[in-house]
Amino acid sequence: MITKEEVEHVGWLARIEIDEKESDAYAQKLNSVLDYFGQLDEVDTENVPPTYHVADIMNVFREDIVKPSMPQDDVLANTENKQEGNFKAPRIM
Amino acid sequence: MAAWTNISDIKQKIADSSAEEVTAAYIETIGKSKINGFTTVWEEAINVAREIDSNGHEGPLAGIPIAIKENISTKGLSTTCSSKILQGYVPPYDAHVIERLKEAGAVILGKTNMDEFAMGTSTESSCYGPTFNPWDLERVPGGSSGGSAAVVAAGEAPISLGSDTGGSVRCPAAFCGVVGLKPTYGCISRYGLISYANSLEQIGPLATNVADIATIMDVVAGYDSRDSTSINRENTYSDALKDDVKGMKIGVPDEYFGEGIDKDVEKSVWDAIGKFEDMGATYEKVSMPHTKYALASYYIIAMSEASSNLARFDGTRYGLRADGENWHVMASKTRAEGFGTEVKRRILLGTYALSAGYHDKYYLKALKVRTLVKQDFDKALANVDVLMAPTMPAPAFKIGEKIEDPLSLYLSDVNTVPMNLAGVPSISVPCGFAGDMPVGLQIIGKQFDENTIIKAAYSFEQNTDHHSRRPPEVA
Repeated sequence: MITKEEVEHVGWLARIEIDEKESDAYAQKLNSVLDYFGQLDEVDTENVPPTYHVADIMNVFREDIVKPSMPQDDVLANTENKQEGNFKAPRIM
Repeated sequence: MAAWTNISDIKQKIADSSAEEVTAAYIETIGKSKINGFTTVWEEAINVAREIDSNGHEGPLAGIPIAIKENISTKGLSTTCSSKILQGYVPPYDAHVIERLKEAGAVILGKTNMDEFAMGTSTESSCYGPTFNPWDLERVPGGSSGGSAAVVAAGEAPISLGSDTGGSVRCPAAFCGVVGLKPTYGCISRYGLISYANSLEQIGPLATNVADIATIMDVVAGYDSRDSTSINRENTYSDALKDDVKGMKIGVPDEYFGEGIDKDVEKSVWDAIGKFEDMGATYEKVSMPHTKYALASYYIIAMSEASSNLARFDGTRYGLRADGENWHVMASKTRAEGFGTEVKRRILLGTYALSAGYHDKYYLKALKVRTLVKQDFDKALANVDVLMAPTMPAPAFKIGEKIEDPLSLYLSDVNTVPMNLAGVPSISVPCGFAGDMPVGLQIIGKQFDENTIIKAAYSFEQNTDHHSRRPPEVA
């Protein structure tokens, strides 16, 4: 069972603000889905390797050749929050 | 509804008149639409068509209009994943598939509606409002590529691109009575597809007929060094357009006809299999015992990958930005305000499944079950050429019927998600009706064996007329 406190903690980890009222509703809906996920417990997966990826590809290499980057103006075109060619963001710490 | 529904007819029309006239006719049809399938119509489309006319119609898709799902990056054209958090975002580059379509002379008509970030089975969770099924405006078109399927069914575009993470091309294809292909994982570059669950999703085409699907695949499939999961393997899909299934072995998995299947859907699919027998194929029942666990495995993996992939939407570089005294508050408020309920639910579940103490119980367990599901396919397809099953267990449901009950909506995907877990190709073709609503037959093949499923689908289409029935006039 996921509690409303855990929902708020997961919201913090996921960087999604959740208020107290919402956390109750989320806990209820998430629990019904987690109950459903619980059915995997009945599958014997001892000695079964995980499949992270279906494509039979390992270690994709390319030549280390310098190529032009996307123009700085294009990179910054989708924000109004820019300054001297950089993204402008609030302080991190 | 536009008069031409396939590439062959459109090419003839262009030869008789012009690409400009064809494009204008589609834009006029879109303008009268009642289905809310397009989110944006590209203002440049007419100019592009005019240029193609003046260049003498060069390229295999010269002047052919195409609609593109809202999550495929298109330079200069709004690409928002139907989410408030990306409102106003205009990509500065084209996805690999868009580059290829432009080189082939296709005319991009605009962008199509979808479930927010491709999370859904109904196209109800879009910030642009729901798309309506052209066969019955009170019903959903399926999802998440609901806009891409509905506009093809309604004659607003002859072909479109969608993306399929757990059935998002095949489900709306079945619900809207069109053809939809999920290719083998790695066949089509995902460069420029805004990622939701990167180990599962593939771009796939939708059209009114199988020949057009093969034609589009010839253009968009192929190696791209910018996608590290892209497979370097040559194939010509249109070579498979042969009416010949004599001796073909079909496997029919019992598990795909489970509890809750609609009786008319079941009958239509068995009638289709009977038709294949008439055409010279044989069938046998096969068992895929881990099918019942595929759905839970799929959702745990998809949500876990979503929680990581959607971390980039924090308000710093594009889209919505909320006020906040520091980055953490700004990002948390931006994401709370910008993401819809279902997207937040999946990110939270994915974050939970990956968090300390739960990683092994959920995520690692799901990856091991994925191995068993993939082994089911390997074993079943070792003895038969293709598998056949209903695409969806029931026809399109009513708008609003399932949106408040996420688990009920997830259960709709029971017949489509296993193929994404295993990375195998799968095509949905119209095979009958349940009442007035279309039913889809799903034909599944071995990895990289698209040509066999295209051949089977094409043969079925040549010997039936389900695909030629169009919805009542909705324009």
